[in-house]
Amino acid sequence: MNTPYISAWFDDDEKLLSGLKVFKEKGIKIADVLTPFPVHGIDKVLGYRRSWIARVGFIGGVLGAASALVFQAWVFTKSYPLNIGGKPFFALPSFIPVTFELTVLFAAFAMVFAFLIRSKLGPGAKTEIYDERITDDRFVVLVDINENHSEENIKKISAQMAEAGAMDIKIKLTENK
Amino acid sequence: MEEKFIFSGKYKFVSLLLILTGLIAVVAGFFVYHDHGSRFWANFLMNTTYFNAIALCGVVFIAVHMLGNSGWQVSIQRVPEAMSMFLPVSGFLMLVILAGLWFNFHHLYHWAHPDPHDTILELKKGYLNIPFFSIRTIIYIAGWIIFARILRKISVLQDNNNDLKYFKKSTVYAALFIVFFAITSSTSAWDWLMSIDAHWYSTMYGWYIFSGLFVSGTAVIILLVLFLKGAGYMKHVNKEHLHDLGKYLFGFSIFWTYLWFSQYLLIWYGNIPEETAYYVPRLDEYRNLFFINLGVNFIFPFLALMTRNSKRQPWILAMVSVVAFIGHWIDYYLIVMPGTMGAEAGIGFFEIGMTLGYIGMFLFVVFWGLTKASLVPENHPYYKESMEYHTQY
Repeated sequence: MNTPYISAWFDDDEKLLSGLKVFKEKGIKIADVLTPFPVHGIDKVLGYRRSWIARVGFIGGVLGAASALVFQAWVFTKSYPLNIGGKPFFALPSFIPVTFELTVLFAAFAMVFAFLIRSKLGPGAKTEIYDERITDDRFVVLVDINENHSEENIKKISAQMAEAGAMDIKIKLTENK
Repeated sequence: MEEKFIFSGKYKFVSLLLILTGLIAVVAGFFVYHDHGSRFWANFLMNTTYFNAIALCGVVFIAVHMLGNSGWQVSIQRVPEAMSMFLPVSGFLMLVILAGLWFNFHHLYHWAHPDPHDTILELKKGYLNIPFFSIRTIIYIAGWIIFARILRKISVLQDNNNDLKYFKKSTVYAALFIVFFAITSSTSAWDWLMSIDAHWYSTMYGWYIFSGLFVSGTAVIILLVLFLKGAGYMKHVNKEHLHDLGKYLFGFSIFWTYLWFSQYLLIWYGNIPEETAYYVPRLDEYRNLFFINLGVNFIFPFLALMTRNSKRQPWILAMVSVVAFIGHWIDYYLIVMPGTMGAEAGIGFFEIGMTLGYIGMFLFVVFWGLTKASLVPENHPYYKESMEYHTQY
């Protein structure tokens, strides 16, 4: 599904941020911003809420800790009780290292996979690339023109983009890579 | 913007009242307890080492950030500097314990009066003997005080002179201090605390004491910063600074638990009598405190400070800091009491009163230290960075 966008191009992150502020004031609906590196403060300008990935990590950690404890308790008391050095079968201190490791592992995996799924990434995933220069030295603001692609509207947005300091304005489709 | 702390009559009154409470507790204990002597000395050692660790954390905090070339701490730097000015007091009190060792005032360290048939202590005699112990103690105290004074002096000199040479100089002294501290923090922990149970040893002990030092020191820094903010000083300290201090409290609480547990797990698993000798009395006679210790120093700060918002919320941070301060007091209690008092120990008006006395002394010295210089080191090269500290989300 290739979508047409009208795009404003910048060559500097500071210019991008000030341009974005102008867009916000004019009420242009921004579909996405593509940058070659993380730009500090951009989420604030775009009004994004904080990521919920920390909560996924917490849930993963709790699941990891619980499953590790329950599994070890089951193995060492019910399934295959072994007398190890005269220790009790339910030897909590010796369960802690494994519990700790699995907590970290589950938390990390939960966050990584949540991120991949949310970002539609992963092996074999089709990625829509707008332009290859966004991985190099260009900062691009995309505005969706699917709904209102009247000549007049496009002209208006382009004029506003130029006003916001965009060095270049293009209208093109995303490509599948 | 020069800002000076005013040590008003109200603060003087409160800290002197706390000192008086401590003195009354000591005198009253003399009439109440039949074993007052050993009880007094055990509490004396425990509180002196605990507050010495907190004061020392002030120097460590400054030196570590100096070496890390970080900037955010500049706006609160005068607080750890003032804390480090308690070192001469705690050092003097430690010398009192040392004098007690020479003149037999107390029996805190049983290696000082060994049983002639005690082969373990016989083997350790090369290290654990009174003259060498005294030399080491004096080296620790003198070294820490000298480094604390130098770092403080350079920092204050910089207030009147906008020259980068002071900053460069203090980096050198910070590096020297860290090397000195890396060795002496371990050896002083062995000497002053681990040698109470002289038959026992643990190779993790120095780290264990260090991690506790950092947690309790950070807790005290947080409380002092919040107190100063509440009293109308240090308006420039924003949520970002508190967030960073909260991260320290959170991270080092976990680090403390890591070391506590590593020490416990290996000894529990190995189950060798000479090693378990340390945990047997603690699990028998101090069972409740033993688990409370883990709860207040790990589970509570871990859950309470886990989210970003709670680290930026002054009242949560203050609450966790108070709990961590009390928690590590309990930790020191568990370190010192079983070896010195045995099953006789207990937390009564004496223990609490004496600790309040130490808090009074500490606050008096810190407040006095804060008045000695501007609350903001404005000529520090990272002054502006710290003032405009913010992160984006």
